[in-house]
Amino acid sequence: MKPAPFQYVAARTIEQALQLKAEYGDEARFLAGGQSLVPTMNFRLTQPAILIDINLLAELAGVKNGAGDRVRIGALTRYRNLERDPATARRLPLIHEALPHVAHPQIRNRGTIGGNLAHADPASEMPAIVVALAGRLHARSKTGERWIDAADFFVGALSTALAPDEMLVEVELPTAPARSGACFMEVSRRRGDFAIVGVAATVRLDGEGRCADARIGLCNAGEVPVLAAEAGKSLAGRKIGAPEIKEAAALVQGAIDPGGSIHASKEFQRHIAGVLTARALAAACQRAEQAA
Amino acid sequence: MNVVATKKFGAPIRRNEDARLLTGQALFIDDVELPGMLYAAFLRSNVAHARIRSIVASAARARDGVVAVYTAEDLGDYWAPGPLLVPPPPIADIVFNARTQVPLAKGKVRHVGEPLAVVLAESRYLAEDALGDIAVELDPLPAIVDLESAQTEAAGRVHEDVRGNVAAHVRQSRGNYAAARARAAHVIARRFLYDHGASSPIETRGVVASWDARANQLSIWDTTQAPVFLRNGLAAMLGLSERQVRVVAPFVGGGFGPKIMLFYPEEVVIPWAAMKLNRPVKWIEDRLEHFFATTQERGQTHDAEIALAADGRILGVKDVFLHDTGAYNPYGLTVPINSQCTLLGPYVIPNYDSAFTAIFTNKPIVTPFRGAGRQHGVFVIERLLDLAAHELRIDRAEIRRRNLIPPDAFPYNNEIIYQDFAPLSYDSGNYEPILDKALEMIGYDRFLAEEQPRLRAQGRHVGVGIACYVEGTGIGPYEGAKVQVQANGKVSVATGIGTQGQGHFTVFAQIVADQLGVEVTDVDVATGDTDQFYWGAGTFASRGAVVAGNAVNEAGKAVRQKILKLAAEHFECAEEDLEIADGQVSVVGIPGQAVKLGALALKANPMRGAVKPGTEPGLESTQYFGPPSGATASGVHAMIVEVDPQTFTLEVLKYVVVHDCGTVINPLILAGQIHGGVAQGVGNAFYEQLVFDEEGQLLNASLADYLLPTALEVPHMEVAHTVTASPLNPLGIKGAGEAGAIPVGPLFAQAIEDALGLPERKIELNEIPLSPGRLFELTARLR
Amino acid sequence: MTTDTHDITVTVNGTPYRRQVEARLLLSDFLRHDLLLAGTHVGCEHGVCGACTVLFDGAPVRSCLMFAAQVDGHAITTVEGLAPDREHLHPLQQAMRDCHGLQCGYCTPGILMTMKVFLDEMPAPSETQIREALSGNLCRCTGYQHIVEAVQLAAERLRG
Repeated sequence: MKPAPFQYVAARTIEQALQLKAEYGDEARFLAGGQSLVPTMNFRLTQPAILIDINLLAELAGVKNGAGDRVRIGALTRYRNLERDPATARRLPLIHEALPHVAHPQIRNRGTIGGNLAHADPASEMPAIVVALAGRLHARSKTGERWIDAADFFVGALSTALAPDEMLVEVELPTAPARSGACFMEVSRRRGDFAIVGVAATVRLDGEGRCADARIGLCNAGEVPVLAAEAGKSLAGRKIGAPEIKEAAALVQGAIDPGGSIHASKEFQRHIAGVLTARALAAACQRAEQAA
Repeated sequence: MNVVATKKFGAPIRRNEDARLLTGQALFIDDVELPGMLYAAFLRSNVAHARIRSIVASAARARDGVVAVYTAEDLGDYWAPGPLLVPPPPIADIVFNARTQVPLAKGKVRHVGEPLAVVLAESRYLAEDALGDIAVELDPLPAIVDLESAQTEAAGRVHEDVRGNVAAHVRQSRGNYAAARARAAHVIARRFLYDHGASSPIETRGVVASWDARANQLSIWDTTQAPVFLRNGLAAMLGLSERQVRVVAPFVGGGFGPKIMLFYPEEVVIPWAAMKLNRPVKWIEDRLEHFFATTQERGQTHDAEIALAADGRILGVKDVFLHDTGAYNPYGLTVPINSQCTLLGPYVIPNYDSAFTAIFTNKPIVTPFRGAGRQHGVFVIERLLDLAAHELRIDRAEIRRRNLIPPDAFPYNNEIIYQDFAPLSYDSGNYEPILDKALEMIGYDRFLAEEQPRLRAQGRHVGVGIACYVEGTGIGPYEGAKVQVQANGKVSVATGIGTQGQGHFTVFAQIVADQLGVEVTDVDVATGDTDQFYWGAGTFASRGAVVAGNAVNEAGKAVRQKILKLAAEHFECAEEDLEIADGQVSVVGIPGQAVKLGALALKANPMRGAVKPGTEPGLESTQYFGPPSGATASGVHAMIVEVDPQTFTLEVLKYVVVHDCGTVINPLILAGQIHGGVAQGVGNAFYEQLVFDEEGQLLNASLADYLLPTALEVPHMEVAHTVTASPLNPLGIKGAGEAGAIPVGPLFAQAIEDALGLPERKIELNEIPLSPGRLFELTARLR
Repeated sequence: MTTDTHDITVTVNGTPYRRQVEARLLLSDFLRHDLLLAGTHVGCEHGVCGACTVLFDGAPVRSCLMFAAQVDGHAITTVEGLAPDREHLHPLQQAMRDCHGLQCGYCTPGILMTMKVFLDEMPAPSETQIREALSGNLCRCTGYQHIVEAVQLAAERLRG
């Protein structure tokens, strides 16, 4: 399982990386952590002509403040650094809770958030979280740059809205507001495996303890991460108790179109989506009440 | 029986081989580097069943860095189907159609992954590049994958001349089942499905061959569990004498059975290529290839019934089953015969009627993988007993207890023929204490009476399981060992079997250390090198310690006798007055009268004088041991499991093994074998499954999707032993390598049923593997 | 598709090496066959089994998922660099021997490198934490139990 031949360039500047990508388009791939890309190359399922190593581009790593309550995470930020960052634990509790489910520590030592998002595996945890939080993704090319809403970023299984000459450079996410709680849960066959289904739920309460805003995102519930908008809206303005949660879970089950796999039938995925939605919402509510 | 059980034998001695393994200094197959070495890659079929129209390799041959490309045609007269490794046992009216694998496919491909051509290049990277240059035209045929429909003419034939794809049909019986059934108070019949998977050792297979045309010697490194047989077979195939061929099995990263399959296509092609090209050739299997190119086990479908008296005693069992043997059957009937025999378990089953049909399919070859078919049989009987327990309202442990073979009934003859061609006879056993100990360790009564109801009231779904089994181990034909005291006082031991982690370098040293009064660390053991020891069968069927260990013991005893005789002459005293300890021989009670073993060894090999007629120089002996039949080990596993009733994920809260393998040589190494077996059993029960589609394509050919259990899935295990020595060998030992893996399937089924209260709700788990998704499907009726 | 070669300088177990490597040469193959440090083992080449784990600038990584060309200017530690000298084993290696934490030994180097860093970062781990840290390394022989005991023993000894 040796990869097919390719040429390798260790880019020294972002401009150099973007220049090469513009030149070679889809024949070039960026090498960040390599934890998703290199296995497919060893299986020869992917055979890029040029590998543009961006690991020297230190400016692409790190967590910065964005506008308002938002946070910007550089695409090259390693998962292991996010995992150990106390600020992330506080401000992005969904990410903090999901990270132990992402593969294994050795993978997270190299794997980057940008690489994971750009790979766009529908069973991956992070795309679902970015969609649930309504994040924005910052893409740059040789000729310009743009921000893409998370809802528009993931267009299909392993497929994003990035153009052949674009690089994902950072992701912007809102931090957890006051009186809010979040919960990430997944069922997988073994720890670290892709989720059979994963649920990311956030709940914000108003002054009277009613739900001001609820968002539910799911991974492996379709070709792209799913935002169960109707289920989230069903909770707005209401005091969330068991019946409301049950109703939201049923709405989630109706909203998704899981593909099924050898590890789980569609019916089982749908069932798990309902179970985890209920559990994650209950936990998110409880955490929101504690935070209030 | 004279068991030598002193300070080394029986002690948890640390392993001699570990320092090298821990510092990365041990030689594994891919560490072999030879000047001028070429690297091989095999082009493999990507369809399960097809006629080969053409294979054109010219473009591949023209690639830079490619030295040769061979197809079946290029092998000429060398091309031949491999030998039948295990002929069918002498059973009346047996139907057996031997069809063995070929070095490179000719005319037809019969499973995905079957080799079509081999590329030899300056690197594996270049060899893989060249695979894409080989133009293959295949005419696909319908893939024969389902065991039942395979028997119809409409399905097609894996082998043109084998009707109904019947590889074998075997019926064995004992007593008169029909009569037993007629007088039974209860008869319970069910269909059971049992699937086993791929051995997946962390190290895949490999072969390195080097032909020295001037010395006229062929050296082969191979991850084989049977170096002697491999040497003999390859020498014959290549037209060499056995003395011209050396096979070395280096450190091997896990065997588990499939590495004893012999004359794999790659094993046959690589040495031939090395001789033809006059350059060393290396082939290392990659993980993707392992799923197709290395043998595996798969499924059986059993239609079984049990006839019982009113008190739960078994009157008889009848079983009809189908066995998937894959595209070829070089290993004969070992796996299904083991299923057939091991179903009888530790129970008195006076009437038994078992028939199986082994079916050729367009899937990889099935040969033994740890447990080797015993799991399938044990699943059937244990599930039948659980169903009986429920129907008759007898406790699950109690119904087993009532049926155990009593301790005064040994040797216990089950009459039917076992994999070693002898009638299935249990040499010794004492089963009830094992059951009692397991029940005590798991807290069975207290769990059912108090803990389970208490936890249920809290909304938790916990259950207990208990499963019994026997394991036929330590079968012949024989093994041999040579023990020699060297001039430096150290002892060398050589034996023909190979080692894949079982601690032979230590266990055999322990046996000899006490005999010869030396430290375990002063004994060096050579295994797996045909130049070090000429004769032997191999490491399989839980026989290494039993058979080779006893040969080592016999050789050690013989050397001890020579030492005593020579020392008695030297000191002019009687042998009874001598003591061997601390590397020397001394006269009891006379301090200062001592001679070091090394000095004695020199004395035994004089430069002048004479060696008396009828004696041999040196302090050395070669002895062989061949047990008349296998020794039967036994055990009970028990488990408490918690199941999430919504997600169907589970957690094992407690796992107990009580095992009896007779006299124990090294309890630390034995525990390791049990733990490893249970871990594979856990994988088999709940995680591992080779998923083939209707086209014979394997859908999960990677470790991301073929799920081996990790440290989070394998529970902590409590292991205890009872000791019922075997009368069949002087050390009283029985094998233990496979025991851990055997009863885990029915244990999971039973414990999960108990946790979810399924029997009361008329849902049965009669298949393995299970999984959260499968449990969801099987309990659909409840929602 | 064409390839190219790259000059790299990499420190492995404290020793600097200058080599020229083909772009696609995997780090695992480079260590084993170019530098003849065969203690790092290859089990799957898709990043799952963990047998090939080495330390890259002190962090455990899968060497089968990196290219030799990437390690220019970096430091790698393999199992050959774990023991302090030829006479002594690292406490983790010693504990693995004392607890029978290895059978065939093939997965062992990857486990040693992973757990060495784990113990550096978590000197007093619980059994659960050890099993979680171990879950990225597959072992097919031991059933993990003796490995867990070895890590516990090593942790005790390292704490003095």
